Amino acid sequence: MTSNQIKRPLGLQLLIYGFVLLWLIVAAFPFFWTMWGSFKVELDFFSKGDWKHAISGIRTQAVYGESFTGAGYEGAWIQEEFWRAFLNTAIVCFFTVLTSLTIATLGGYALSRSGFRYSFWLLIIALVFRALPPITLVSGYLPPFYAWNVWGLLPTTIIVLVAINQPFTLWMLHSFFQTIPKELDESAKVDGCTQFQAFKNVIIPVMWPGVITAGLFSFLLAYNDFAVTAVLLNQDNQTMVPKIASFMGTTQTEGNVMFAVAAVVSSIIPLFLLVLFFQRQLVSGLTAGAVKG
Amino acid sequence: MKHKTFFWFFLPTALAMILFIALPLTSVVSQSFHAPHDEVLLVSEICDPFGCETESTIDHQATEQLKKDQPLGKWVGFEIYTDRNHLAFKEVAEFWENRTSFTGFISSLNNLQFYRAMGFTLTYVIVVTPLVILFGLIIALAVNSLHRHLKGLMVFFSLLPMIVTPLVGSLILFWMIDARGIVGSGLQEIFSDPNLSLKASTGLTWVTLIVYGVWHSAPFAFIVFYAGLQTVPKETLESAMIDGATRFQQVIHVVVPHLSPLVAFVALIQLMDNFRVFEPIVGFSASAHATSLSWIIWNDIGQEIRLFSSAATTSVLTIIGVVILLMPVLIRTWREFNPDK
Repeated sequence: MTSNQIKRPLGLQLLIYGFVLLWLIVAAFPFFWTMWGSFKVELDFFSKGDWKHAISGIRTQAVYGESFTGAGYEGAWIQEEFWRAFLNTAIVCFFTVLTSLTIATLGGYALSRSGFRYSFWLLIIALVFRALPPITLVSGYLPPFYAWNVWGLLPTTIIVLVAINQPFTLWMLHSFFQTIPKELDESAKVDGCTQFQAFKNVIIPVMWPGVITAGLFSFLLAYNDFAVTAVLLNQDNQTMVPKIASFMGTTQTEGNVMFAVAAVVSSIIPLFLLVLFFQRQLVSGLTAGAVKG
Repeated sequence: MKHKTFFWFFLPTALAMILFIALPLTSVVSQSFHAPHDEVLLVSEICDPFGCETESTIDHQATEQLKKDQPLGKWVGFEIYTDRNHLAFKEVAEFWENRTSFTGFISSLNNLQFYRAMGFTLTYVIVVTPLVILFGLIIALAVNSLHRHLKGLMVFFSLLPMIVTPLVGSLILFWMIDARGIVGSGLQEIFSDPNLSLKASTGLTWVTLIVYGVWHSAPFAFIVFYAGLQTVPKETLESAMIDGATRFQQVIHVVVPHLSPLVAFVALIQLMDNFRVFEPIVGFSASAHATSLSWIIWNDIGQEIRLFSSAATTSVLTIIGVVILLMPVLIRTWREFNPDK
């Protein structure tokens, strides 16, 4: 800001730094604390007597001879078969992103190039669908899925997640395609291309930044979903988030909280990498809708 | 674009939304007007020398047949809507008649599951939304005044609470506020009360959930406002400075008005998202003290015998709530599109 040109008074400067530091701790500390603690035994992770035990891992040392242990991870990934949930999540996310991008790109492009009144109404309907909590739809899915015997399967869940993703992805890609000048594909059409050829030859080469951003968000939606995946998947096909929720029920009583902690940390790491590599796209995606107003 | 071309381009996404959003929606509405069939009873009179007795047995065949003929169940109209577990008209009327004071009436509503959930959901929406906007704005202003290199770092770390799965994020905080966790035992130390537990009382549970909500959503508001701050017109700020405006006045009179469309945008998204609050209640195991509309639906579906009609009814009521929340936006968009009306 321009006010930087005039030096801030020291008090204000300190206040700002203090506040930023506080927010940094509030935002990031819980993650590092839990990551660090996931390599300890439960008595260290929850150390009522002295919080320093959680850092030094005294009791972990007493049990395993070292201050770090992978026992929680071993228990979660091998004993409780978390690897299965990880694979399921990978499958669900991959196909959800692929399908929803394919159909939303076509739809969003069509919406941005059609000046007719119905395209406005379609966008409004999509907005209303976006506002619906997914859990309100779940009781509508179950009876037909039971009847057709498709409940519990990964493809069923993928299709449902694609549909739930559509309104948001459609809005995002619609506003992205509006930033690509119409003249580009108009001139291709003047040169004799059909609409689809214009889309294929002119739009597809320039659409990747927008598509990648939309893909990130539809990935996050699929990865983070709990309401739909928890109800629609059977035990073997569970993805990571419902699996973690079911850990809460079973392991709390058996004293295996550390399995759940390890599983939670394992599910955060992919998101960490995502933010690390795609920070710019995430930020631009978050603000895309806002700038349009 | 021609209608026909538009149709083919839009067909796949339209099919997905019709089949898996619109149709389930109609199915939910119709479920909410139907209850499961009662068993068909065969009543027979058995007479013996000592007199006659009526005996009723379940006619399994007829019950199966009935279920097959009308798979939706029996039509009950608005009966489920007005029953004790939903709008509870009868109970509410009773409470109103027997009220001693208005606050007494409100607290007796708390015994009805729908109103209890509604109470928490609305409190959550009303408290979290403005706090998110306020904190987002303050963080954006603070980060914006940092050195260039620090900014990127701050954006990275700020994104974490928002991007992380809500259930996972709430579990992480849940373990920290546990009486044996670092925050929980720290608070016991500060207030020198060894029995202090954030999970034990309704009030503290609500506070915890609200703190979680702000923690989870403030980054979103921050990112949006931060992007907006990059476009604040420098000339206006300079002239305000020349006119002798203090820093605070500059923020209030120049920066905030410039960001106001963004505030409206963040408020809209936050209203929609906070109204569906659900995962933190599961993550914090808070359902004894706080339930939300989404949570009741989840709870009905998760029962041993899935209570579809009850879940569907709550779903419809939730959707009506969402539409009411969205009304101002829909009306505004409509006006923008039809300026002469």
